[in-house]
Amino acid sequence: MSFAVSMLVFLGIASIIGTILKQNEPYENYIIKLGQFWFVFFEKIGLYDVYHSVWFLTILLFLVLSTTLCIIKNTPAILKDFSVFKDSLEEKSLLSFTHHFVIKNKKDVNTSKILHYLKQAKFKIKGKSKENGDFLIVAKKGNYQRLGYILTHIGVVVICLGGLLDGNLIFKAQELLGYKKIETLDMPASKVPEVSRLSISNTSFRANMTLAEGSSDNVAFVRMKDGYLVQDLPFKITLKDFRINHYSTGMPKSFESDLVISDPELSQDITKTISVNHPFTYKGIAIYQSDFQDGGTKLNIKLRSLFNSNTAQKIDGKIFDKVKLDKDQITYEFNDFKKFNVLHLKEGEKEKPRNVGPSVTYKVRNSSGQAHEYLSYQYAMPIDGRSFFISGMRETPQEEFKYLKIPADAKGSIDEFMLFKDALQNKTLIESVAKKMANQSASSADKNSNVKESFEKSVNKLMTLFAQGGFSNIAENIDKNIPASEKEKAVQTYLKIIDIASSELYKHQFNLADKDLNQARITFIQDALNAYSDIFFYGVPYYFELTGYEQKEASGLQLTKSPGQFWVYLGSLSLVLGIFSMIYLHERKLWLLIKAKGGVILALSSNRKNVDFEKDFRKLIQEIKKIIQ
Amino acid sequence: MFNKLFKSSKATFQTFNVLYLAFLLSGALYALKTFHSYMDVYEKVILFGSVGFFTWLGWKWNHFKKIMILVFVISLFAVHLYQGVLANNEHIFLLKYLIASQSAIMWMNVFFVLSLLLYWLGLLTKNNLIDNIASSFTFVAVLFGFIGLLVRWYESYLMGLDIGHIPISNLYEVFILFCLITSLLYLFYEERFNTKKLGAFVLIVINAAVGFILWYTFDRHADGVQPLVPALQSYWMKIHVPANFIGYGSFSLAAMVSVAYLLSGKKILTSYLPKLAVLDDLIYKSIAIGFIFFTIATILGAIWAAEAWGGYWSWDPKETWALIVWLNYAAWLHYRIVKGLRGSILAWWALIGLLITTFAFLGVNMFLSGLHSYGQL
Repeated sequence: MSFAVSMLVFLGIASIIGTILKQNEPYENYIIKLGQFWFVFFEKIGLYDVYHSVWFLTILLFLVLSTTLCIIKNTPAILKDFSVFKDSLEEKSLLSFTHHFVIKNKKDVNTSKILHYLKQAKFKIKGKSKENGDFLIVAKKGNYQRLGYILTHIGVVVICLGGLLDGNLIFKAQELLGYKKIETLDMPASKVPEVSRLSISNTSFRANMTLAEGSSDNVAFVRMKDGYLVQDLPFKITLKDFRINHYSTGMPKSFESDLVISDPELSQDITKTISVNHPFTYKGIAIYQSDFQDGGTKLNIKLRSLFNSNTAQKIDGKIFDKVKLDKDQITYEFNDFKKFNVLHLKEGEKEKPRNVGPSVTYKVRNSSGQAHEYLSYQYAMPIDGRSFFISGMRETPQEEFKYLKIPADAKGSIDEFMLFKDALQNKTLIESVAKKMANQSASSADKNSNVKESFEKSVNKLMTLFAQGGFSNIAENIDKNIPASEKEKAVQTYLKIIDIASSELYKHQFNLADKDLNQARITFIQDALNAYSDIFFYGVPYYFELTGYEQKEASGLQLTKSPGQFWVYLGSLSLVLGIFSMIYLHERKLWLLIKAKGGVILALSSNRKNVDFEKDFRKLIQEIKKIIQ
Repeated sequence: MFNKLFKSSKATFQTFNVLYLAFLLSGALYALKTFHSYMDVYEKVILFGSVGFFTWLGWKWNHFKKIMILVFVISLFAVHLYQGVLANNEHIFLLKYLIASQSAIMWMNVFFVLSLLLYWLGLLTKNNLIDNIASSFTFVAVLFGFIGLLVRWYESYLMGLDIGHIPISNLYEVFILFCLITSLLYLFYEERFNTKKLGAFVLIVINAAVGFILWYTFDRHADGVQPLVPALQSYWMKIHVPANFIGYGSFSLAAMVSVAYLLSGKKILTSYLPKLAVLDDLIYKSIAIGFIFFTIATILGAIWAAEAWGGYWSWDPKETWALIVWLNYAAWLHYRIVKGLRGSILAWWALIGLLITTFAFLGVNMFLSGLHSYGQL
């Protein structure tokens, strides 16, 4: 018994390890997390899949064995106890019970009344006349409590066996004997050799399958250790359509897949829609909605040059595909498309979740093979009462995205920024604005043409610097050329000049008069200048504008065959019944000796003496006394 | 004469029982008649199953009948006040300050805090009157809590027909459920064992949960109704979650009584507390009932998991920790029932059991990730 308990404790500890170390991750993740040395050590002792490791299953098996032995050892006695009424007890042994009670010298006891009472109290009764004329009543109830012991233990055994049935013991044995091998290379399912395939007759598995809309397949993959196995299926599944429905808040409400199941044994295909919590079972294989991903959405993209005047080139891409731009020696690799993005955006005081529309995740790889990852949204999103096009960039997957925020114009498009950016980069325009500004300042204050000329020059230089590198370029220039004591003043003057010059460029570009420059436009110019300064850190010379898409989704299905399920449920039922009877049925054994010479001896026993037992004992004495007197 | 009086009061008692059943049944029938087109067969079974369960509880424990009737009547009154307009909780005085869900839950918090203080005052002054007031306050807190949850259930439907769901889907809601179930269990035993001295201990764990609710409300602003993620959209939630919390509540109750047991055993407060044998029995009964419900909850969870995740057991951290909790109390009961172990070891064990249970309930959500990531902190 103590062996079983220590096994249980060991099992508990092993289970805890499995919850702390994330199980069944790709092996690279473990190497990164643990380092090479510990990675190998942990792998040896099977910590990446604790619950299927040989030692874990061995403990489980031992537990089953020892519990079974327990049942075998105790059951006969318990069953025997059901039918046996111990009527051989003598007066002396009754008096040795811890709970006994004696009523002295009472004759003419009404036996039938006592029997009636005991019957009412749900006792099973047997009476026996002794040789000396005494009459012994043997009564008992709550026998099923002992049955509870058998039921709980059988329950545990059956649950464990059911679990083992659904485990991968057979595969483990086959792997050990060299009949099967885990495939670690990436290849099409049809090319996977027989040694890494599980046949249709495999009795239990839990496999995954990803189907793009419109495609079909008759194999699933079982992920195992650092590789996989291919599970052949007795039928073909086609995904007609995958849908995500949303709540008004943008949160996903349901994931549904329309499936067609084609079985050569059937004359007609089966059409079925599955969703989370609503699987479909066919031929003992349950098909579940497990996850989803992109299935190769087609993208129409406009790449808008950030450093040349407003030119755009159109490219067509597809998720999981690449497009190479020969001219720039860069490659766009499209990784993921999301139609809905629910973000918590700050609107006034409160943050509200809202759907901001489609986004694309992609990488841009240069000729030397290095890549930055990007995230671009199709539409401008509201932030602080304004509207911005947002695009994130990061150099490694561990980093957070850094965001480029380009202000959207009144029409919700990026055109105005692009045109303004052209103006900022237009040398002749900058020159003419510089001239105009010099003239204006000269006419009001100073007629000296030297001053005017140098002012014009500095405006020109400042705006050219800005055009070439934004605010950080200006800051660098100030750091280099201006003594520390005058820096602050210079910064203020420069910013003011950039402000005025940019407004002039803006007015010129869009043919506006002074009075047209309202607050909204002034804010736009500020935001645009900030965005313009950030594009020098964006890492790619194009703004990615998603102009259209044709979504294609893929549904992640899980397929399981689990013959042990029935046994696990049956075992559970037995377990619950057993626990109920062990806790809520109280076994009572009662002896009542009515002596021929007068007097009554009452003895009560139970396999558990607790508060309830004491209560029952007191009540019994009370009632019997009442009947007798 | 006495016998006759006894009989007549027994008759009144029986009438009350029958009326109570009629009350619950008519409510369920009305719900069925009005909303049957929105319910699947399982939900109908659960509706009438709950009538059965609540009837059984009410017949077993008189106070439960009163709580149920008051809760339903007041909640229906709140529904009436709403008139189908959610914004009414800002305009109508009674809703805004008393029985709109957030207000009712705040009142619940207030009464739980007061109960704790009064129970301690009553314990230390050996004043039965104060004990009685503390006990009544706990009843009032339970009333407010259940009204809060029921009204919240209704409010969630006012937010949108597809958003509405039973309010046991996130940590805020289940903490309220935890407070209520633990209190009910305690109040039941308070009456059964005829002692009001243990409230001072049990209300500690309840007030810890109240602290969490307050933190969740004011610091995290996470007290709003959120629509259900697809995995939770199942009738199983209505059974699995409450069953689990009867388990958690019972284990917490047992642990707090164990504290009293251990103190009393060390001659602290001994003269103020019930006898050790009584405490011991209470610990056992509480763990026993918790164990049964926890077993059922875990099994139901497995059946649900088989439907939602594709396997009845995935060794998900929450599942695994549920197993550890189960093994812990199984061993506890084994040693007590089969081996006849008694005394302070079991009390210490029950106390440590609470730590394990708390980790399974909260720690897993905080430190480990897995399929059960609904109640993120």
